[in-house]
Amino acid sequence: MDLDIASLTIGKIRHALDTRAASATELAGEALRFAQAENPKTGAYLHFSPERALAAARRVDEKIARGEDPGELAGVPVAVKDVIVTKGLRTTCGSKMLADYVPPYDATAIERIERAGALILGKTNCDEFAMGSSTENSAFGPVRNPRAPDRVPGGSSGGSAAAVAQGTAVVALGSDTGGSIRQPASFCGVVGVTPTYGRVSRYGLTAFASSLDHIGPFARSVRDAAALLGTMAGRDPRDATSAAAPVPDYTSQLNRKVEGLKLGLPPEYLKELKGESGDVFFQGVEVLKKLGCEVREVAMPHTDYAIATYYIIATAEASSNLARYDGVRYTFRSQHSSTLAEMYRATRGEGFGAECKRRIMLGTYVLSAGYYDAYYLKAQKVRALVARDFAQAFNQVDAIVAPVSPFPAFRLGEKIDDPLAMYLSDIFTITGSLAGVPCMSVPCGTTAEGLPVGLQILTRHFDETTMFRIADAFENA
Amino acid sequence: MSTSAPALATPEMIARYEPVIGLEVHAQLATATKIFCGCPTSFGAPPNSNVCPVCLGLPGALPVLNRVAVDLAVKAGLALNCTIRVRSRFARKNYFYPDLPKGYQISQYDEPFAEHGWVDIVVAGEPRRIGVTRVHMEDDAGKSIHEGFRDSDLYSYVDLNRSGTPLIEIVSEPDMRSSQEAYAYMTEVKQVLEFLEVSSCDMEKGHLRCDANVSVRLKGAEKLGTKAEVKNLNSFRFMKEALDYEIARQVALIESGGRVEQETRLYDPDLGETVGMRSKESAHDYRYFPEPDLMPLAIDEDRLGELRASLPELPSRLRARFVAEYGLREYDAEVLTQSRATSAYFETAARISGDPKTTANWVMGDLMGALKADGKEIGQSPVGAGHLGELVKLIGAGALSGKLAKQIFPKMYATGDAPAAIVEREGLAQISDTGALEKVIDDVLAANPKQVEQYRGGKTTVINFLVGQVMKQTRGQANVGVVTELLKTKLG
Repeated sequence: MDLDIASLTIGKIRHALDTRAASATELAGEALRFAQAENPKTGAYLHFSPERALAAARRVDEKIARGEDPGELAGVPVAVKDVIVTKGLRTTCGSKMLADYVPPYDATAIERIERAGALILGKTNCDEFAMGSSTENSAFGPVRNPRAPDRVPGGSSGGSAAAVAQGTAVVALGSDTGGSIRQPASFCGVVGVTPTYGRVSRYGLTAFASSLDHIGPFARSVRDAAALLGTMAGRDPRDATSAAAPVPDYTSQLNRKVEGLKLGLPPEYLKELKGESGDVFFQGVEVLKKLGCEVREVAMPHTDYAIATYYIIATAEASSNLARYDGVRYTFRSQHSSTLAEMYRATRGEGFGAECKRRIMLGTYVLSAGYYDAYYLKAQKVRALVARDFAQAFNQVDAIVAPVSPFPAFRLGEKIDDPLAMYLSDIFTITGSLAGVPCMSVPCGTTAEGLPVGLQILTRHFDETTMFRIADAFENA
Repeated sequence: MSTSAPALATPEMIARYEPVIGLEVHAQLATATKIFCGCPTSFGAPPNSNVCPVCLGLPGALPVLNRVAVDLAVKAGLALNCTIRVRSRFARKNYFYPDLPKGYQISQYDEPFAEHGWVDIVVAGEPRRIGVTRVHMEDDAGKSIHEGFRDSDLYSYVDLNRSGTPLIEIVSEPDMRSSQEAYAYMTEVKQVLEFLEVSSCDMEKGHLRCDANVSVRLKGAEKLGTKAEVKNLNSFRFMKEALDYEIARQVALIESGGRVEQETRLYDPDLGETVGMRSKESAHDYRYFPEPDLMPLAIDEDRLGELRASLPELPSRLRARFVAEYGLREYDAEVLTQSRATSAYFETAARISGDPKTTANWVMGDLMGALKADGKEIGQSPVGAGHLGELVKLIGAGALSGKLAKQIFPKMYATGDAPAAIVEREGLAQISDTGALEKVIDDVLAANPKQVEQYRGGKTTVINFLVGQVMKQTRGQANVGVVTELLKTKLG
């Protein structure tokens, strides 16, 4: 098998399988060997699942031998963020609270990609319960950015972004609540997609903030990201918030001209954008213009309120979603307690990291009697206004282009002691999350130091097709 | 004595006060599966066997609303005269408890599916209308078990079979003014739910539970007193006892110059007392917020129309109709409408017999007596409604005497056979055939010349003796009316 494992694509794998240049079992073996050997450089994976990957590979080979279609993701090594539950495979959510938790069921997205022939190599590190922007909030240590080992990979899906950037996975699943796919994709120089809210079932995604949580793909190309999303997307009867909207064949819509498409640039974002990240971003905008896109300003007047709104809604929902980790079930229970109330306090005090506790407290506060109207209810109203900003913008343009992060990957430990600065860095990704529109980060260029910078593309609800089309043209320009 | 029960108010003191009572009734909906997952709701399964990721509240699991539960809940709302919201919403009620696996209950808060209803009751002949503030849906928690295990002194056990069982909570206005009214309200609500087959209302299995808000004020006072919430009123008797106790406790407190604290109290049926559980200060802040995992619940006009059309005749209307249509007494109508099965049984039997009043007597008398002695419900009656109707019809047609029917009924109950079959098998048909009777009468007259003479001498009451003799000869099978007429003719 003479394939370069680190630069595989879904297309190359399919070609290798179709021409019998490699079997899925061989691919799985090589990919596992490579990933396990390379992983210490970044710590992207928390644990591997060789048996599962090899079993899936054997099923693919058997299908090929029988002349059956082995599926769209046949033989594709996938890394999965450790907040997505996998049957029989430890799912820690980056938390001491679930250090030894083995779920008894698979997430719908996992079922769907495995049915399509994917090989799950292992589970990737992330900020605890997906709360963070650097993956430094994991109970199991940080992840290093493959492009700059002294820097963070971004977060919370830092492990998944790093694995794809490092070549230890061809594609990966992440989750995005306020930018947790797009920002690490930008930091690691890969493609990261947050689909429309409701596009991919959340069944089996450990909840952080239910009304904002998404599962989405990471890949080294727009095409692979689109293919992976295509296998996961679509209505799931087990998720009442999943949408029945038909799922187009995303990859068949690529390689098309984008000439004449109208793109919006929100001035409210640009005023926050300084330094090298800004320069790289504006170069990207120039590329889009050269491709024939018509770029104009569109107003997003409620952008300034987005961060406050997000951190009220997300923490409120988190405070409720994380209540179940109380020491009664799962694997962690503090030994320093003798009454029920003490068990709750000690278990949660010892089991959660600082960021989780901070958000649980914030969320508990904003939902408290007497504060609900001033915070949560008001935040919901502002959220509707942010969504209206998008709706009005999309009356004028086909897509919005925006930066992903105000700065490129920062050094490990650089911002961990300043949570507020960390929250504020979510400014460009949070509005799309609040509106529930599809959005993605596509590599845009690098800073002088060689740090990747992403460009964000946002489109109308369920119009991932236009988003991928623009990103694909941009990637190939 | 370390803890002594507080002195209760005397009846004279209590008489000066007016209790104000509101009830919160929880009823388990009679669905085959849970409210947010497909697990069975069956009772008595081994602990933690009727469970799945959803009702265990496992990370990543999501609720999906059971539409059958919605239909049952809406029927209850309609029957309780509520307005049904076209769009309602689920909300999370957050609190920590070991048998609450998600750390929150999925309930409804500011947008319940039903509100502004009422229930009519009659207490001591006085009709009263009790307001129903709202009805909402929610999921039940599991069960904590603190006893019965080898290591129960160290650990409590949790059984999550019940977790996710669909409930409705029916919240009344504080419109009740006595424990009797509360009792009547609860009775009516239970009967309505049973009639709708919305809930089995089996209190022993916890399918119907009740909490009460109780306060007292001096009669004539406008301002409401401070209320206490009394929990754990899990039988009709406990509810009445607990309310009477709580009223007397509060009156005594006020009379002795004290103040009623706003608190939650638990009824202890062994002590017959309510015991303080937690004060207002330590009350839960449930931090309700809209459940983001479920879409708002929409109930469109068409569905509402279908559900309304599917409602059976409810007990209050049925009672009125039984009185008007069948000429039953109020009391009898009440007994015969105590359950949908009873009223259906009666109506079927009455239609076949053609004699509703006699049928009513048989259902309430012999049938209910036999069932009670046997520990059976009317739905399990070995005597079908059709057979009982036939029995009453045979009496009406003169084919059976009342006395014979009383002999036949236990045989019907024991065998499940039709009355005609038993009559034939045992040769018990009433003899109304004058030809057959004339011979017996002639014999009797011949054997009792003295009495014949007395009758003809003017002592007509002696005829009863002669009728008795005929009945004796026919082993009770003769038709008394026919015998009397024949005797009169022959003696006259």
